Amino acid sequence: MVTIWFTSALRRFLPTPSAEVEAATVGEALARVFATQPALRGYVLDDQGVLRRHVAIYLNGEPVRDRWHLTDPVGPAADIYVFQALSGG
Amino acid sequence: MADRLHVATRKGLFEIVRDGGGWEIVDAQFLGDPVSAVLVDPEGAVYAALDLGHFGAKLWRRDPASRGSAAAWREIAVPAFPPKPEGDGEGDPHPWSLGKIWVIEPGGVAGRLWAGTMPGGLFRSDDRGASWSFVEALWHMPERRRWVGVAGGEQPGINSVLVDPRDPDDIRIGVSTAGVWASADTGRSWRLINQGMYAEYMPPELRGEPIAQDIHRLARCGAHPEIVWCQHHNGVFRSENAGADWREVTAIRPSKFGFAVAAHPRDPLTAWFVPAIKDERRIPVDGRLVVARTRDGGASFEVLTRGLPQRHAYDLVWRHALAVDETGERLAFGSTSGGLWISEDAGESWAMPEARLPPIAAVRFAAA
Repeated sequence: MVTIWFTSALRRFLPTPSAEVEAATVGEALARVFATQPALRGYVLDDQGVLRRHVAIYLNGEPVRDRWHLTDPVGPAADIYVFQALSGG
Repeated sequence: MADRLHVATRKGLFEIVRDGGGWEIVDAQFLGDPVSAVLVDPEGAVYAALDLGHFGAKLWRRDPASRGSAAAWREIAVPAFPPKPEGDGEGDPHPWSLGKIWVIEPGGVAGRLWAGTMPGGLFRSDDRGASWSFVEALWHMPERRRWVGVAGGEQPGINSVLVDPRDPDDIRIGVSTAGVWASADTGRSWRLINQGMYAEYMPPELRGEPIAQDIHRLARCGAHPEIVWCQHHNGVFRSENAGADWREVTAIRPSKFGFAVAAHPRDPLTAWFVPAIKDERRIPVDGRLVVARTRDGGASFEVLTRGLPQRHAYDLVWRHALAVDETGERLAFGSTSGGLWISEDAGESWAMPEARLPPIAAVRFAAA
C-alpha cells in the first residue's frame, strides 16, 4: 500500500487528506487520488501532465527522478510526499 | 455611476465601496495570493484569476446573489492548453501550459468570456467559466512562434481583448510582444492588422514590422468602437479604424512611456494615461505621479496632479491598473507601490482610500 501526503499549503484551496492507494509508480498513485479529487490535478501537474516546476514530490525520502512522466516505481509499501518548493517573498 | 471597485493585488483581492463621501474597503479575499486579473461581468458576477506561484493559475467566481455569504467564492474551470503533439511541437519556443491569466473580458453574448494569457493562448468560455475552449487557430498561426516574451525573455502575453459592441464575433487582441491581431469570425481565423507603429528597441530594418510592436495596453471608446488608443512600449498611438492604422500621439506629456490607458466610454477624443520614465528605470518623471488626459484626440494633454504625490513618488501603474467607469467621470488607478487613487471628476482631482495595499495588478469598477 502506498500512502500519499499533501502539503498543508493546499488546504486553503481544496481538501487534501492523505490517501492510501495501490500503485506501481508515482504517476499511478497520483492518478488514483486525482480520480477521487479531480480539482487537485491542476495544482500538482501542469497542462501537459508534468509536475509543476515549483512542486516537489519525494518518494521514501528522495526526490522523484522522473518529473515528466512520474515513472519512478514504488514498492509494496511506500510514502509519497507532495509539497511546494520553497520560494517567494 | 460606479460605486464599487475591485482591486487585484500581489496579495489578495480587495473590494472597495463608496460610502458617504469616501471609499472604504469592505472585503478582502484570497489574502496572500497573487491576483493577476479581475472582471465584473454584465450580470454582476466577479471573476478573480489567481497566479499561485507553486500551484499554477486558478479562476474563481462570485455570483451576485451570493455576495456577503461565507462561501460566496467558488473555484471554476481554468483555461488549459491541449496536449502538445509529439514531434509537431519541435522548436516551439513557447510552453503549451498556462502561465497566468492576464486579462478576462466579457464576450458581448450572455455567458461568454475571453481570457488572454501567458504564454499567448486565447481562451473562450460560453458558460461563465464552467468550461473553456482553446482558440487553436491563433495558436497555430506560423507567426505565433515569432511572438517574444516581455521583460527579458519571459513568455509573450495577450493583455488586451476588444470585443466589438456591435458584433460579438469581431475580436481584436493586443499582444506583448506581437502587435494587434483581429478575427471577424469569433476566433476561427486571424490577421495581424496593425500598421503605422514603430519599435525603437528593434534593429532598424525591423522597426516598422507589425509583429515587433510591444502593445502595453489597448483601450476602446465604447460608443465609437472604431476609436482605439494604445499605450505602446515607446509611445502613445491612436487608431480610427479599430486598430488597423495607427497615428502616433506625440503631444503626450510628461513622457511617452507607460503601461496603462483608459478610453472615455462615449467621447472619442478623451483618454487618460499614467506616464513614466521609460523602460530602463520605470518610475514617474521627477518623482511626481501624474495622470495625462487628452480631450482633443491627442492634439494636446493636460497633466493632472491634484491629490497625487508630487515628491518622491516611485509608483508605476501596470497595464490593467487604470480604469474608468461607464460615465467617464469616475476613474481609479493602482500602483506597484500599493497606492490607490480614485477620481470622481474625470481626473481633475484624486483621493486615496485609507489603506496600504500590496502591489496592484488590476482595478475594475462595478455598479453598486
